[in-house]
Amino acid sequence: MEKTIKQWLSRMKQQLGNKVRSMEQNGAQETVMLVEKTELPDVCYFLWHEKKGRLFTMVGNDERDIHGFFALYYVFSFDSFRHFITVKTLIDPLDPTFPSVAVQLPAANWYEREVKDLLGLRPQGHPDPRPLILHGDWPEDLHPLRKDFPLDRHAPRVQSREAFMPYDSEDVTEIPVGPIHAGIIEPGHFRFGAVGDTILHLDARLFFTHRGLEKASEGMPLAKALFLAERVCGVCALSHSVAFAQAVERIGEVTIPPRAAYLRTLFLELERLYNHIGDVGNVCAGFGFAVGISQGARLKEIMQQLNEHVAGHRYLRGVVRLGGVRIDITEREKEDIVRTLAYVKKEFQELVDLLFSHDIAMNRMATTGVLRLEHANDLEVVGVAARASGRSVDIRRDQPYAAYDQVPFHVPVYEAGDVLARVRIRVDEVFESIAMIEQLLHSLPSGDTFTSLPPLPPYRSAMGWCESPRGETVHWLMVGPDQTIYRYRIRSATYSNWPAVPLAVKGNIVPDFPLINKSFELCYACCDR
Amino acid sequence: MKSGKEQTTDLRWTLQKRMKEVLGRSLHIRHVDSGSCNGCDFEMNTLTNPIYDIQRFGVDFVASPRHADMLMVTGGVTRHLEEALIKTYNAASEPKMVVAIGACACSGGIFGRTYANYGGVGHIVPVYVYVPGCPPRPEAIIEGILLALDRYEELSRNRYEELSRNKGENRH
Ligand code: SF4
Repeated sequence: MEKTIKQWLSRMKQQLGNKVRSMEQNGAQETVMLVEKTELPDVCYFLWHEKKGRLFTMVGNDERDIHGFFALYYVFSFDSFRHFITVKTLIDPLDPTFPSVAVQLPAANWYEREVKDLLGLRPQGHPDPRPLILHGDWPEDLHPLRKDFPLDRHAPRVQSREAFMPYDSEDVTEIPVGPIHAGIIEPGHFRFGAVGDTILHLDARLFFTHRGLEKASEGMPLAKALFLAERVCGVCALSHSVAFAQAVERIGEVTIPPRAAYLRTLFLELERLYNHIGDVGNVCAGFGFAVGISQGARLKEIMQQLNEHVAGHRYLRGVVRLGGVRIDITEREKEDIVRTLAYVKKEFQELVDLLFSHDIAMNRMATTGVLRLEHANDLEVVGVAARASGRSVDIRRDQPYAAYDQVPFHVPVYEAGDVLARVRIRVDEVFESIAMIEQLLHSLPSGDTFTSLPPLPPYRSAMGWCESPRGETVHWLMVGPDQTIYRYRIRSATYSNWPAVPLAVKGNIVPDFPLINKSFELCYACCDR
Repeated sequence: MKSGKEQTTDLRWTLQKRMKEVLGRSLHIRHVDSGSCNGCDFEMNTLTNPIYDIQRFGVDFVASPRHADMLMVTGGVTRHLEEALIKTYNAASEPKMVVAIGACACSGGIFGRTYANYGGVGHIVPVYVYVPGCPPRPEAIIEGILLALDRYEELSRNRYEELSRNKGENRH
């Protein structure tokens, strides 16, 4: 494998010729290509379009204290090689612009708007110049992720630059909804352009829960930042903490002990279980199927009580430590897990049988909210939503971490791309996770549950990743002096998937929006940060 | 000693009793996510699942602040949600009992005050009761409602006494 990767990389270097200034390894799995900013779109498009790399994340960084420049990193994942290629470019602070990659590569759209808001690096020719992370009343010339911007500075509110899709025709009704919604759910503002009942266009104003987490993490000791990572999102808390810990461990070049890797995998699957079960129940709320809602909520609660019993926290916070895990399990707890899972499996099967044999439920779910494969590919959709549209990506299999290369598992894929397909993926994955947990418990190795970390060299960067219940989550980390964070970029599954929702709702009726939205089950907190 | 389950059941009965005593009727709550990680929100949701089921005891989560006696606020109030929180607060009917749910709502949580976050609900609207926890367990949220009822009872008693004292003085 190593040899083929070397050959593959050197061929690529030849093909790109003098577009690439230098190429170097960053750890075993990542190659960094340094390019001039003018070459950025060509090189990125080549990697994405010709070489079929997936845009994994993109990070902007204020590195003026280190070498006088800003830096942009476009990371592509090459799943078949289990390798990443990062295209890096430096940007002169005197000319903080770069040619937009998003023109050719739609998935880069949000990332580039984000670096414009937070770092003041302007993508030239970008198709959508509106603000994204900071709303329109934030002063255009203040960029909080620049190092010279103090963390707690409150900027004055200015005349809003907010803009929504204008409609010429009188036949189009604009329906504004949110940010506060009727139920106990997260905030977002949706603006439907509807003709009668049918949705013509959806504009979404998000990032209401932007708390400035990435800025707040800068300068924070790594050990404390783990607690911050766990608090990026409530229901994917463990996935985030694992991704962060992996980034730290990769910089420190440590391998966690086998028992720790197994335990992480075990708890990650428990996280997937309580989420997927709850989400299947929640989708039922999209068409008022009360039995389903209650059963889903009840089984989810049973799973969360199990979490609390074995890990001490209903949302699995506090499980991870840097270098391993904090929580070990006893023989007795193993039995409790097996017993609870057997019960939940039986009950969940009943719920599923009921749901899938109910005409009205099936009618509402099938052919509703179709996300087409081309769209999913163009936007680099991940997780359940991708797999329901025929796009087979699962980072547990594609770039394995923890003990995912030790347990065999099947990754379900459906083609239809509708609400039903997304529910089916979750259902299949519930049974898959239960089977995985049984295997993991059976083959749990003995030994230590953590290893200590060496001091980390400053200004090294690495990534950690994790397939959260919502999909692939990437944490990009650069450490600073004295074991603190220099830059921390969290790219959650929702960040990749939100741009696909407006495409999936087009042509559906407005009353189906809550159902479609629930079937994507996007989480705002980790998208907004 | 009573089991956890029995204690939870007791707590819910106490809740129903106190609501009757203090409000004479049911309690309607409106939720405002002012920038939480959603952990607290999910724990609030948990209260309505078939295991806790506080709706059975007369508590309901309502869609409009105009129908609400109580606002439960999660998150430390982001810049982008400040306006939504204030509008919701203004729209809520008296007595506007605000219960801050979770460490973020109480004091900003682990990241505190930033350029985008005020670091606590108390900076923006008056708070009745602070419920700590990250997230607080469902039982703790019920306990928070009980404390808010105590507070309401006390305030309305004081106000009643003050009113009757004023009345007495006016007569002379
Ligand atoms: S208190 Fe904890 S659970 Fe609640 S919103 Fe804050 S971080 Fe999330």
